[in-house]
Amino acid sequence: MAQIGYSKKVMDHFMNPRNVGEIDNPDGYGKVGNPVCGDLMEMFIKVKDDVITNMKFKTFGCGSAIATSSMVTELAMGMNVDEAMKLTRNDVASELDGLPPQKMHCSNLAADALHEAIKDYKNKKEAP
Amino acid sequence: MENIYLDNISSRPIDPGVLEFAKRFLGKGYGNPSSLHSLGLEAKRAIEDARIKVAELINAENENTIIFTGSATEANNLAIKGAALRNIAKGKEVAASAIEHISVINSMKDLQKNGFTFNLIQVDSNGIVDLEKLDEAITKNTTVTSIMYANNEIGTIEPIREISKIIHQKGLYLHVDATAAAGFIQIDVQADGIDLLTLSSNDLYGPQGAGALYIKTGTKIQPLLLGGGQERGFRSGTENIFAIAGMGEAARIARLKMAKEGNRIKKIRDRLIKEILMIEGSHLTGHPAQRLPYHASFRFDHIEGESILLNMDMYNTQVSTGSACSSKTLEPSHVLLAIGLKHEEAHGSMVLSLGRSNKMEEISMIVKAVRETVARLREMSPLSNKGVM
Repeated sequence: MAQIGYSKKVMDHFMNPRNVGEIDNPDGYGKVGNPVCGDLMEMFIKVKDDVITNMKFKTFGCGSAIATSSMVTELAMGMNVDEAMKLTRNDVASELDGLPPQKMHCSNLAADALHEAIKDYKNKKEAP
Repeated sequence: MENIYLDNISSRPIDPGVLEFAKRFLGKGYGNPSSLHSLGLEAKRAIEDARIKVAELINAENENTIIFTGSATEANNLAIKGAALRNIAKGKEVAASAIEHISVINSMKDLQKNGFTFNLIQVDSNGIVDLEKLDEAITKNTTVTSIMYANNEIGTIEPIREISKIIHQKGLYLHVDATAAAGFIQIDVQADGIDLLTLSSNDLYGPQGAGALYIKTGTKIQPLLLGGGQERGFRSGTENIFAIAGMGEAARIARLKMAKEGNRIKKIRDRLIKEILMIEGSHLTGHPAQRLPYHASFRFDHIEGESILLNMDMYNTQVSTGSACSSKTLEPSHVLLAIGLKHEEAHGSMVLSLGRSNKMEEISMIVKAVRETVARLREMSPLSNKGVM
């Protein structure tokens, strides 16, 4: 049977999102989406010895946009940045026990926002 | 916590009196209205009784103008395609306002695929049909023009009598979708000058599974469904007697309750609008005065409608939204775009549609839920404190 509505895990991450907020002077910052399309995500990371030690997000969007943002921060925290670059939208969605098909792009955005933040970190590192 | 249901535009709960009246047709009422034996005749009588009650709700000239269908969507399809195809010799143009229900828009688009010209009539920022644009859009070749009595997403009531005059000076038929309006504001198809009018059972607190089309005497339309010739040949297929009998009783009750219930609900609605507009960055959508008495619709800066809906549900309060993220197509509501909202504005919409179960005492709880929902989502939103929008 096709999935109807959101999983319990999605609702839990929507109602109790982990790591909402901003980080002052982040080591990496990523922003994806567009308010015109109804989704905008910002990710902030702190990195020490190439390991993500702190991560925060701010999201404008639907329930799954908020839940996937929250989930990606949980997944990436404590990961080596190269490892975190390999996180895919499917990793995010499956950790949330699935998303309705038309909402898969939200998990895409969350993974993209993380990758943007890591790229920003690497750029800064290379050109101080 | 008590549940507070504010999504009556999506479906209204069946009236207990309606259920009591109609449930006999679910058990022993198994006769086919086309059969001549006693059980068939009883079913037939139930349908004819419902026809009279529905005719009275809209002051139709007689009950034979009422055709029962399976839904308001079917009635809209029947009215538009039935009239356009039957009168093809008079012209191949159809027109509708830009804020019509998708069943009207898609019926017209289907005709467009078959060589018809489809003119979309724009509305102003309050959702009122622009009469000049209407006048420009209608020609002697326009066989059917569809304008809704009132809009379900923004609550705006259209000036149907003026619209009718313009259409009848030039075009052929005016079809009016009264799904959101019937039973809540006075509709008089004769005084209003309406040729075809759509009604929905569950929007009148009747059972789901029935709709009706009023076809003014002499109006020429052809059926969509062919078969045994039920409903004077306009809608073949064995009738859903439970739903039809229930719809009739729902129409009767709605007519009796309309004035008193309308005043009661309007007072609650007015207070709700006043209090919710005190929230910073909140805006009313639709007409401030010409609106359905049960309808309050808003948009909020910097937040998104589907999250509003989910968050409100945590307060046991059910609302609806025209946000893209709540739709299958991921496009924001065409109604909100038609009244000139930008995409990012249309994403933040919330509709509160009140019903018989709502009470004045609920207002403080509703306003608290909205206030906290908006605050919580704005706290998470990257747009809130940067003035992006």
